[in-house]
Amino acid sequence: MKRVTDSAVAMRGITKRFPGVLANDRVNFEAYTGEIHALLGENGAGKTTLMNILYGIYHPDEGEIYVKGCQVTIRSPRDAIRMGIGMVHQQFRLVPTHTVAENVVLGLPGNFFFPDRAVRQQVAAFSQKYGLSVDPNAHIWQLSAGEQQRVEIIKALYRGADILILDEPTSMLTPGETKELMSTLRRMAAEGHTVIFITHKLDEVTAISDRVTVLRQGCVVATQETAQTDERALARLMVGREVLFHLEKQAVQVGPTVLRVEGLQALNDKGLPAVKDISFTIAAGEILGIAGVAGNGQRELVEALVGLRPITQGHVFLNGREVTNCSPCALIAQGICYVPGERSTGVVPGLSVAENFILKSYRQAPFCRGLFLDRSAINAHADRLIAQYAVMTPSRETPVKLLSGGNIQRAILARETSSAPALLIAAHPTSGLDVGATEYIRQLLLAQRDQGTAVLLVSEDLEEILALSDRIVVMFEGQIVGLVEAAQADLEEIGLLMAGVKKGNT
Amino acid sequence: MRLKVERRLTTPRWLELLAPAVALLLALLVVAFLFRAMGVDPLVAYGRILRGGFGSLYGLSETTTKAIPLMLCGVGLALAFRAGVYNIGAEGQLLIGAVCASGLALTFPDWPAWVLILAMFAAGFLGGALWALLPAWLKARFQVNEVITTLMMVYIASELVNHLVYGPWKAKEELGFPYSAKFSVAAQLPRLFLTRIHYPTLLLALLLAVLVYLLLTRTKWGYEIRVTGENPAAARYAGMDYLKIVLLVMVISGGLAGLAGVGEVAGIQHRLRYPQGISPGYGFTAIIVAWLARLNPLVAVVTSLLLGGLLVGGDAIQVAMRLPIATIYIFNGVILLFVLGGDLLTRYRIRLVK
Repeated sequence: MKRVTDSAVAMRGITKRFPGVLANDRVNFEAYTGEIHALLGENGAGKTTLMNILYGIYHPDEGEIYVKGCQVTIRSPRDAIRMGIGMVHQQFRLVPTHTVAENVVLGLPGNFFFPDRAVRQQVAAFSQKYGLSVDPNAHIWQLSAGEQQRVEIIKALYRGADILILDEPTSMLTPGETKELMSTLRRMAAEGHTVIFITHKLDEVTAISDRVTVLRQGCVVATQETAQTDERALARLMVGREVLFHLEKQAVQVGPTVLRVEGLQALNDKGLPAVKDISFTIAAGEILGIAGVAGNGQRELVEALVGLRPITQGHVFLNGREVTNCSPCALIAQGICYVPGERSTGVVPGLSVAENFILKSYRQAPFCRGLFLDRSAINAHADRLIAQYAVMTPSRETPVKLLSGGNIQRAILARETSSAPALLIAAHPTSGLDVGATEYIRQLLLAQRDQGTAVLLVSEDLEEILALSDRIVVMFEGQIVGLVEAAQADLEEIGLLMAGVKKGNT
Repeated sequence: MRLKVERRLTTPRWLELLAPAVALLLALLVVAFLFRAMGVDPLVAYGRILRGGFGSLYGLSETTTKAIPLMLCGVGLALAFRAGVYNIGAEGQLLIGAVCASGLALTFPDWPAWVLILAMFAAGFLGGALWALLPAWLKARFQVNEVITTLMMVYIASELVNHLVYGPWKAKEELGFPYSAKFSVAAQLPRLFLTRIHYPTLLLALLLAVLVYLLLTRTKWGYEIRVTGENPAAARYAGMDYLKIVLLVMVISGGLAGLAGVGEVAGIQHRLRYPQGISPGYGFTAIIVAWLARLNPLVAVVTSLLLGGLLVGGDAIQVAMRLPIATIYIFNGVILLFVLGGDLLTRYRIRLVK
């Protein structure tokens, strides 16, 4: 591994405030030319903010930025690009109906006519040099997430970027694509490019980076040579204390079958098969975890179960009664509770905490009598839930949008679990939450299980799946490719299943 | 030095009240330049508008008269907008209400007054509601943009009225004017002494404003409307029936606009006339009424009086200062623009940073 210590970018004393939040607090960050530098931290630690400042999307309230040794002011991404800084965002900024080549030159000044041949040559050259294979004539919507990411990288390179920022680049990728990306990044670094990648995955840091900077609550807590640290030490730095990798869990007391799914099929938004012939059961008092890389049909499966997506084939039984293609309203009435994957779906931001608590139960007594809502019953219910679930809110009248992410999730879980549901479906219940909130939510899910609720847990976080589930199914391309007892679960085996590697005939 | 726009975490109460007021003032300022350009002293013009609309008993009575259709339409629109359904076609729904009421009045002139009047209001509500129902169904079922469909339905309604008053309903005794025959006395609404205020419609409008307010804040339907308007995904997730909610708010807002149409023909015109003769764009001005009231049906009562006064004052400067009536429409447009802009300032703040 070569060691160059020319400074590619240096950020000194960067402070950035948002209303009510100190996103970056006197942050010092430096990346050397030709290195792969990991920026590690939990969600909300300020990683993306810091890089958005470097890319000119935000402006620091305080601090200085040096690019290749010279102090600069970066007013916009255009400035950043001129200085050789490129960024690949987590959500790709591509035009789906345009071709790869069109996206690559989009927004560039110059040619009146489309520089078709030049672009194609350039794209081919990058493909060869860095292993970024992609068809320049393909339309973006036809490409996989991994291919779209390659287009984003090519876009940055085409604009002359030699400092490349990647925001959580592997979050949308399959393990295979991740591997390809890693090799691409190594080749780029070997060519003298500087790569900064934002992540919260420890294994990625140790797998690829030369150095790592750890952010916690907007402050830098360490910058280290990756070789001189390990995952456990990094985890401690990242969360500020020893991480509990195992939750206390009582032995499972399995009751009767609550949910039985038989040969379920459903389509995705594009009308293509997304859930292909899935069957499983969940019993009262157990947590069934669904592991899988995002986009392998988990979302469609969950939506089909809660009535938000038509079931094209197959059957669903709840406590022995067929509920296939029932309306969401009927399913709620039958005791299916659902914590949606996107928090924004689960609450109405402008309505008060109290009003959000009755989102699922506003039709029933005591909250509704005839046509009229009963304010005092709603308020009493709100006070009870706020106290019981320790929701931090100034009052029950406070609009939910003013609460923190962790408290919003608490409120959603309070609402969904307080009715003692038969089946609780939780999709990515802790995504984006800090460690404290995560632990609380996980304990809540376990408590539900111990009370005899059947729980379906969907998560991309394998750690979470392993910590909570009693049984684990792995989904890949809309099918269940493995079912394992959590007690005998092997991380590596599940990882392989998630990547679509078939087991032997066992 | 540069300007920085940031999201507000909370909106102070005073700001929510101040924003529309400041918007109104800024609109006055901008239109002042317009008056100047037309060679009129803006202060004199505003003075005339104020005195015209609010400065005399006659002015106030006319203001109230014009506020009646604005109130009915504005209250309905506030409800629809709260559900995130942008009904721009209250004008058309108003005209259909007028057509339905006129049809009854012309066909059954001999019915007892109270039966006929009640039937006319019922028919007007139904007509306006039905006129709004097609765009509502298209929106809920096929995601057709209701802004376009409701607006297009205005032109259809307008041409229908034209067809009727130039064709089948044209009265021989009107000497070629595009009017229907005059309604029988039974079909005419009583007016307040010496004014044109047809008070049954006014009372109906006030009652409906309260009812719609209660519907929105106290009932489960109102809850569904507010949830749907703010977060349709959450509404779906909670098992709310989107089609039902869209149809509900469109039936009510269309129906209320239809009632406004009944009031105009039964209370003011006593006949069906060409579209501009019945309504000088009340259905469109009501959009401003609703937004200026921040989509609160009770506040819409106040803002309808304000806009009504502006219309009367506009007539006054048109006559006294020989300004085109378009001036007042420009004024209205500028107010709406600033109110919508001011709304943004309640959610974001602008800071000057070095």
